[in-house]
Amino acid sequence: MITTPQEIITRMPASVWQPFDDPLDSGWAVDNFWAHWGLFSVGIIGFVLLVVMGFIWFERRFISPMQLRIGPNRCGPFGLLQPVADAVKVMLKEDIVPNLADKVVHFIAPIAIFVPVLLMFAVIPVHEGVGLIPDLNVGILFVIAVGSIETIAVFMAGWGSNNKYSILGAMRSVAMMVSYEMPMAFAVVAVVLVTGTLSLQGIVQAQTIPFALLLPMAFILYFIGALAELQRTPFDLLEAESEIIAGYHIEYSGMKFAMFYLGEYGGAIIQSALITTLFLAGWKGPFLPPFLWFMIKLFAVFGMIVWIRATWPRVRIDQLMSFAWKYMLPLSIVNLLIVALEVIWFEGDAVTWWLVPINIVICGALLTGWATFFKLRGGPQVES
Amino acid sequence: MSLKPVGIGLMQGLFVVFKHATRKRITEQYPEERLTVSRRTRAQELVWDPGLCTGCATCVKACPQGNLKVTTSVGPNNNYIVEKFENDEGRCIFCGLCVEACPYEALFFGRRYERSQYSRGELIADKDEMSGDDKERSAYFRPDLYDDLPEQTLLIYRKHKKII
Repeated sequence: MITTPQEIITRMPASVWQPFDDPLDSGWAVDNFWAHWGLFSVGIIGFVLLVVMGFIWFERRFISPMQLRIGPNRCGPFGLLQPVADAVKVMLKEDIVPNLADKVVHFIAPIAIFVPVLLMFAVIPVHEGVGLIPDLNVGILFVIAVGSIETIAVFMAGWGSNNKYSILGAMRSVAMMVSYEMPMAFAVVAVVLVTGTLSLQGIVQAQTIPFALLLPMAFILYFIGALAELQRTPFDLLEAESEIIAGYHIEYSGMKFAMFYLGEYGGAIIQSALITTLFLAGWKGPFLPPFLWFMIKLFAVFGMIVWIRATWPRVRIDQLMSFAWKYMLPLSIVNLLIVALEVIWFEGDAVTWWLVPINIVICGALLTGWATFFKLRGGPQVES
Repeated sequence: MSLKPVGIGLMQGLFVVFKHATRKRITEQYPEERLTVSRRTRAQELVWDPGLCTGCATCVKACPQGNLKVTTSVGPNNNYIVEKFENDEGRCIFCGLCVEACPYEALFFGRRYERSQYSRGELIADKDEMSGDDKERSAYFRPDLYDDLPEQTLLIYRKHKKII
């Protein structure tokens, strides 16, 4: 069983890594640093691009039976080559830059939206010790920090297009992403409190019980936050395809638009991977190999997102904002307090089975209780 | 206390959608599954019977588009020999006036509907193409053919499992 990156490298044929071995004859190229770095960089880029294609295919095939259709089935078996055809089409399209656009910002924005996705994937462990830096001791902090760059990229796209609709869309997107990052971060802090580590690998290793059961409140809050962060239904009102076309990337075409598409689905991958890692015990699982378990959980989480897209209507902007600030943020703080009390009570060993029913009951009580307090500004309270 | 403000309706919605996913597809799966068109269809082509046609060109006079081209010459028995009979299907509006005008019932509507071509030139149907063996004659304005044609299939005739 391969367990560490070093072991993978030592099992490879020597010609693969020997040219990189200690290239500058200095102390910092230890453990075949360059071979490890090169292997996983290329691996991550390939993985993300492949899984983006897989996700696009999966979404289209999975949402179609819910709408009583078949979905793409002409290109290749089960329409598997449809994303390839789409990619070729979008690469051949004309690249249009508006005359009065801020050319540099307009050019950099699509890159800036996709790079954070790849960066975030560096710390995701797909197996014990397998990843670019899976055991980074500030892993989850790194993910949250790098994930915030996407907000800037969105605003760059809106500003650089020199179009009033794209700047409006961008400002709304930024407002939403900033609002929802806070409850998400609090949900992550609850996980970190229980595990006592910021490393994603350490978090997975600590999960003898999937945290979706142990911390249901944090799981629900993080999932809703992830939906908002991805700007997917029911929070896709800022780029609502059926109503206002695109929002911030309205002026993009060709390969630059494809980069936004990649960034969107790459974000879906990274959020699915984070939910898998933080709440669904990552690579752990019986019988099947760990990487397969990771992929199954990844696609299951994305399937849930697609299912929600097929079902729920989108919210209004005021509902969106008040939901973040009046419902999710207080709940996440209360949840954090409860988890902190549990951790103190159990003296740091809160991963026990009999906390599961207690936490589920607390979660249900909090959700229903706070829902009766929740009301939109000036609007009538929902009858209970 | 009711569960309405928590969003129990949204959860119910999820399960309604999931039930839909297990239901039979409503849309017709076209290349695998084809519907039989109406018996009196006015589909995308004309069928010409060279044995019945006398070359009188009544159809040409009836055509509002000026779309049919008929050229004739005098034959041995002082009859018309049709040398050219063309219909540009790209310009034809399929009004059916030529079929109705034909005094010898030599012109029919076809029943085929997959008539797209790669260029406009290929859409011009000449004498051989209009009288080919692969043509199926529609019963439009030709009630004699009506009983021999297969019944039309409509999606509403399908049996659906009732949902909700």
